[in-house]
Amino acid sequence: MENSSSINNTGVSGYPSTRKGWVLRGLRDGFPICMGYFAVAFALGIEARRIGLSAFQSFLMSTGMVASAGEFAALMLIESHAGVFEMITTCIIVNLRYFLMSCSLSQKLKSTLPSIHRFGVAYCITDEIFGLSSAVPGYLEPFYSYAITFISVAGWSGGTVMGVLVGNILPAAAVNALSVSLYGMFLAIIIPPAKQNRFIGGLVAVSMAVSWIFSILPLTKGISSGFKVIILTILLAGAAAALKPIEDDNDSEQED
Amino acid sequence: MTDNIYISLLIMCLTVYMIRLLPLLFLRKPITNRFIRSFLYYVPYVTLAVMTFPAIVTVTDNVWSGAAALVVGLIVAWVNGDLFVVAISCCATVFLTGFFF
Repeated sequence: MENSSSINNTGVSGYPSTRKGWVLRGLRDGFPICMGYFAVAFALGIEARRIGLSAFQSFLMSTGMVASAGEFAALMLIESHAGVFEMITTCIIVNLRYFLMSCSLSQKLKSTLPSIHRFGVAYCITDEIFGLSSAVPGYLEPFYSYAITFISVAGWSGGTVMGVLVGNILPAAAVNALSVSLYGMFLAIIIPPAKQNRFIGGLVAVSMAVSWIFSILPLTKGISSGFKVIILTILLAGAAAALKPIEDDNDSEQED
Repeated sequence: MTDNIYISLLIMCLTVYMIRLLPLLFLRKPITNRFIRSFLYYVPYVTLAVMTFPAIVTVTDNVWSGAAALVVGLIVAWVNGDLFVVAISCCATVFLTGFFF
């Protein structure tokens, strides 16, 4: 890991300057996501098997949807023989945060980027891959997202299939330990900027506090986690934007 | 009603993909509104923070393992910041504290 900077064709400020460099960087950054996804998807596979999906159907679901809460909801819908309208509306609500993420990420793409890459990057919007993709300085190199997605989806779909096939073989202690790796990655994405920018640090702390309060208040604790994320994101990011609008200089930062 | 699993999966996969695709496809120009730009700038921090806590504490079999992983994750992310190192540190913390709690 120490020599990664030389492998990555590091440009200014420790980020790759070539497409190949971004691909390698993406594969490396995607590795912990792959592991974390494997663990979460494993649990998903066990659930899929319970409601009668085959390994192949579970593979299609995970590869086509790439959404944790979304897929648990999808399984619930299949199990309850939901109608088309209910399927579509539930999918929209549970996955609405991806809409926000996509809006946010649209600002990271060069306006001259060919449409084919917009179709490609759209597939790469999950909580974790979005987190990494939006953390790069300046414009996003699509191949960075593709590389992260390639290795992550391998873990995600592989984990789902393994969950269906051998759900009861992996030791519980290992599954338990793997389950926090996603959150460790989230921390690695949000803490370094919080360290440099006091306002972001405060925003992160407030977000966690409010999220915790939401999870214990009788009135709000019944709200599904996907919906909670949407409500709090709109409220808190909105409040932050009103309190401290970003400088217009950020444009010039994106120009290079 | 849609008892064919393949059709159900197709409908749901397409719905989820559309949610991800439409903004990327139609928001081609830089947004000039300062409030919206600021809002979108802050979205990832709020989203990831909200998803991390309290979930990191409740996802493990034992609350204290999760809490320890959170503390270790915060410290390692603050000092080192490398994605892989932070993730592994959290996993190791849960694995090791699992023997005590």
